[in-house]
Amino acid sequence: MRRSKFPAVLTWAVLFFFYLPIILLVLNSFNASRTGGSWGGFTLKWYAQLFSAREIWSALKNSLLVATVATCISTLLGTCAAIALHRYKGKIQNVHYCLVYVPLVVPEILLGISLLLFFVALRIELGIVTMIIAHATFCVSYVAMAVLSRLQDFDNTILEASRDLGASNWYTVRKILLPEILPGIVAGALLAFTLSIDDFVISFFVAGPGSTTLPIQIYSMIRRGSMPLINALSTILLAITFLIILVVQFIGKSQARQEKN
Amino acid sequence: MKPKTKKLLKELGLTAPSLLWLAVFFMLPTLIIFAISFKPSDPLGGVGQGWTLNTILALKNPNYPEIIWRTLWMSGLTTIITLVISVPVAYHIARAKPWKRDLLLLLTILPFWTSFLIRIFAWKSVLHPDGMLKKFLLFCNLISEDSLLLYRPGTVLLVMVYTELPFAILPLYAAVEKFDFSLIEAALDLGAGKLRAYANIFIPGIKSGLLSACLMVLIPSIGSYVIPDVVGGIDSMMVGNVIAQRTFVDRNLPHASALAAVMTIVMFLPLLYFLKGKKQEDGSATPAKEVV
Repeated sequence: MRRSKFPAVLTWAVLFFFYLPIILLVLNSFNASRTGGSWGGFTLKWYAQLFSAREIWSALKNSLLVATVATCISTLLGTCAAIALHRYKGKIQNVHYCLVYVPLVVPEILLGISLLLFFVALRIELGIVTMIIAHATFCVSYVAMAVLSRLQDFDNTILEASRDLGASNWYTVRKILLPEILPGIVAGALLAFTLSIDDFVISFFVAGPGSTTLPIQIYSMIRRGSMPLINALSTILLAITFLIILVVQFIGKSQARQEKN
Repeated sequence: MKPKTKKLLKELGLTAPSLLWLAVFFMLPTLIIFAISFKPSDPLGGVGQGWTLNTILALKNPNYPEIIWRTLWMSGLTTIITLVISVPVAYHIARAKPWKRDLLLLLTILPFWTSFLIRIFAWKSVLHPDGMLKKFLLFCNLISEDSLLLYRPGTVLLVMVYTELPFAILPLYAAVEKFDFSLIEAALDLGAGKLRAYANIFIPGIKSGLLSACLMVLIPSIGSYVIPDVVGGIDSMMVGNVIAQRTFVDRNLPHASALAAVMTIVMFLPLLYFLKGKKQEDGSATPAKEVV
């Protein structure tokens, strides 16, 4: 059967479409011309300005703090949730599954406004703590799904066998269950961390004075129109993200090779 | 203690942390949206005392039907465009050689890992009146000097399709990969035209992927806020923008809450439809297997 060339052409066109704005943005971060419409010569001055902008550093600090704590909370809660969902069936778990699944499909703006109203109704002051709670809440579902997908092929009778052979509960969990689901937990935690670092909409709603995170800072820079600085900042963030993905891919590949051998 | 109660306690011990957390910080706030829709606003930007219907009645604002209609058609159109592009792409990725498939998948996922705001901002600088795309199009004589690429409904549509594409390609890829292509060959051998074979066998075959891709694109699109805010103008405002405006500009939380309640209801309709479709599919899958 002769294959049509159309899907192949479209795929590469879509990939070109994906990367075109990103590549232009990286190029413009080295462009001396302010508007980026033409090439005004190579420069690093935007990077220099960026490093002296103090509010960016404090926003980065807030982002890292929020993401780290939110990742710890959501990884713990999400892992327990996944184990419970896999192990037990029944009415409680049906409700549990709904509560874990629905936040994945609810638009971010609804999560944001509902949490804001919740905090306002309870007269809780907005700040870093509300931010951490909000981030942990939407990350729980992602961690739970990552661990659950790893548990899909896991046979619960192994745990019973271990206990029948005299192992304690904790020993069974530590020696059998955890090693099995560890890749899922790590993947879930990484996902939670990136989602938290990247989140703008929910953060914007629950942020208080002094809890500006990096995306909120970037947003206010976009509003104020300091384009070259955002270009430079974005390029650094893109470089870090791509580096992390490459490392993760590399580890994944070498692990797969080891498992094969 | 009876073993049954012991088992139940163990289940509760493992379930309670996430169940309680999500009940308090997800379910309760969602219900609060509906409650606060019946509260008056207070001049300090908080929520007033007592109950009122005025907040709900204020939704009769003459601009709202237009904004709600725009939200619906823009997210609907985004979904259709995204799906039409994604099906052939997913098909190509799923049928490529393994090394090429991995590469294409990685290239598709990679932009999704980068910051959402940065990707939108990148478009803003591409489409900027002094940006490269305008210069290029002017050079090709495709547009005139005073035409505007930014701040229009078309711009919002373009960037929405851009950000949603990976979310449609991935579930579709998973569905196409599972599809048994010998069915297509069988249809062709039996005399069906190529178009007919694909329309009548391939498309129904990836129905579950199409449904979840549809949901993955439609629901976030209905809730769009940042894209119309950054690259859109007055005539491309969506419901999300009005919610944000009421929250941050007017400080009228009950009004924002009433709008959010409307959005929640609108959003749950496709979700319920999807879940129903999924159930039916699960139900009909078994007899079909028995026949085969």
